[in-house]
Amino acid sequence: MENQHFVKVRNVTKQYSMAEGQTLVALDDVNLTIARGEFAGVVGPSGSGKTTLLNLIGSLDQPSTGSIKVMGQHLESLNAKASAEFRNKHVGFIFQTYNLLTIYSVFENVELPLLLLGYSAAQRREAVMEALEWVGLADRAKSKPGQLSGGQNQRVAIARAIIKKPQLVLADEPTANLDTKNSNHILDIMAKINRELGVTFLFSTHDDKVISYLRRKITLHDGRVTTDEVIDAHH
Amino acid sequence: MLTIKLAMRNILGAGLKTWLNVAVLSIAFVTIIYTQGIYLGMNEQASTALVKVYYGGGQYWQKDYDPYDSFSLEESHAPLTPELETFVQQDQATPILCALATAFQGSRIIPVQLKGIPPDQKILDLPTAALNDETEMIPALIGTRMAKSAQLNVGDLLTIRWRDVHGVYDAADVKIVHIMRTTVSTIDASVLWLPLQQMQKMYDLQDEATLAVLTQTVQPVAVTADWRFVPPEELLADIKEMVQQKTIAASIMYVLLLFLGLIAVFDTQVLAVFRRRREIGTLIALGMTRARVIKIFTLEGILNGLLALLVGALWGAPLIWMFARSGMAMPDFVDNMGIAIGERIYPVYGAGLILGTSILVMISVAIVSFMPTRSISHLSPTDALKGKHR
Repeated sequence: MENQHFVKVRNVTKQYSMAEGQTLVALDDVNLTIARGEFAGVVGPSGSGKTTLLNLIGSLDQPSTGSIKVMGQHLESLNAKASAEFRNKHVGFIFQTYNLLTIYSVFENVELPLLLLGYSAAQRREAVMEALEWVGLADRAKSKPGQLSGGQNQRVAIARAIIKKPQLVLADEPTANLDTKNSNHILDIMAKINRELGVTFLFSTHDDKVISYLRRKITLHDGRVTTDEVIDAHH
Repeated sequence: MLTIKLAMRNILGAGLKTWLNVAVLSIAFVTIIYTQGIYLGMNEQASTALVKVYYGGGQYWQKDYDPYDSFSLEESHAPLTPELETFVQQDQATPILCALATAFQGSRIIPVQLKGIPPDQKILDLPTAALNDETEMIPALIGTRMAKSAQLNVGDLLTIRWRDVHGVYDAADVKIVHIMRTTVSTIDASVLWLPLQQMQKMYDLQDEATLAVLTQTVQPVAVTADWRFVPPEELLADIKEMVQQKTIAASIMYVLLLFLGLIAVFDTQVLAVFRRRREIGTLIALGMTRARVIKIFTLEGILNGLLALLVGALWGAPLIWMFARSGMAMPDFVDNMGIAIGERIYPVYGAGLILGTSILVMISVAIVSFMPTRSISHLSPTDALKGKHR
């Protein structure tokens, strides 16, 4: 049961107050369940609420109404500290713009989540090199993000997301800034991680390349789930 | 520990920006210590010189004596009390008689103050032994300032006219027997030192004095109401106040310098919070609380201050050590400032000054580092991740 309801979104609405008293409804009564180990994606046009949904599931934001339960925890009841701890321990994020710290080396960027978790230097070193092996960048550990290509930077971001062996990785438009070759490369890496480590992946995307990798496609339109289908991926 | 580690990593990673802030702050830090040390040295030198040559371990003043009122000298004399007499006999005090007179040098008339002192006294570091002159003339000891202004040399005669205690005018020639070099202008400019007994005769004030200077090793005792004891602290209060005034004037310069340094840190912090929003969002997404992010950013600013102290110590310590050791030549005009400082001033850089300045710099840096980071507490992580700041 726990595995089946790994992520459970119930009647979630998210509204933003705009200028002159107007309200923008980003999510409107969304209901969704994601099982452990899924490789799923939320698709839809820009402004459909994909990123908002991922932010809520990642406990970066709170729903206006409704409830979100991830790994048995009701996220809306977490305070700031507990919410930070939840993200720190259980969730890996991959962003469209990589969001690497430019003054840090690749090693230091990937190491960061483990620093927050209080790992020893030896443990961190071993884990960072293992994560970089996964994404094929072990030889670039000392490089700075500015010295790498977009595809390599996104691979560093993947390594940072998986280093703490999270149960859930939320990837927000991870291929939007990449060409086809790099996109396929990083999608192959993520699919392998999902397959071999059992990490649950939830994407937000409107990229066909990503969609072709998904095993489940949840379509959002104007903040509402319009379709939710299991698909056959070619991988 | 993690907060310190990340803050350190961030400021070292910021490269030139960090070192510019550190450079400006370290200049402010060293300049504050440097100038304060000069004034502390000035205060110490002036105080030491005054104690050695005039204030001793404190003075007993005749009740009417007011050093700021020349006219009070006419009335401010009295026989020493038995207690003071005992101090004098035990070489623990020396009496001084002060009076006004007029000196005639060529065609010039110079108002002077006569100070009578026993030539054999050992209390004050003055060359009064020179007043043991055996000639028939009254011997007089003067300082270099008086010699310069009245164009006098050793052996010159100077006619002086005075009015004795009965209001009768009299005149005599005095012979300059010695010209002393002193940093204390108050015992030099327009002052003639004469043998006490001769001066008492001149004014018909047998066994009377205006003040008695105690040696530094003796404890003052209670005396009659005609005399009052003035401790060294009170005697030096004017000097301290004068130095303090000069310190305040100088502090304007270092407040400006410190302000520039702090503006650099403040500016960096404001820019950091604005330009590093995406980084802030990422750190929060990775599991940091806003409070911890604020701590990191504030600590980055504080580390700028600590680095400035370190860098300031590296280049400033040899510099101020050199000044403290070799001193600084004082220009001529300093002689007219009313402070007893020599041709060279030796700055004093004590632990209190260095520690106090370090604390001042660090507190200021901590405040300006923290202020801009408060806005992080209102920052939405989802906006920050997009580089927005609502």
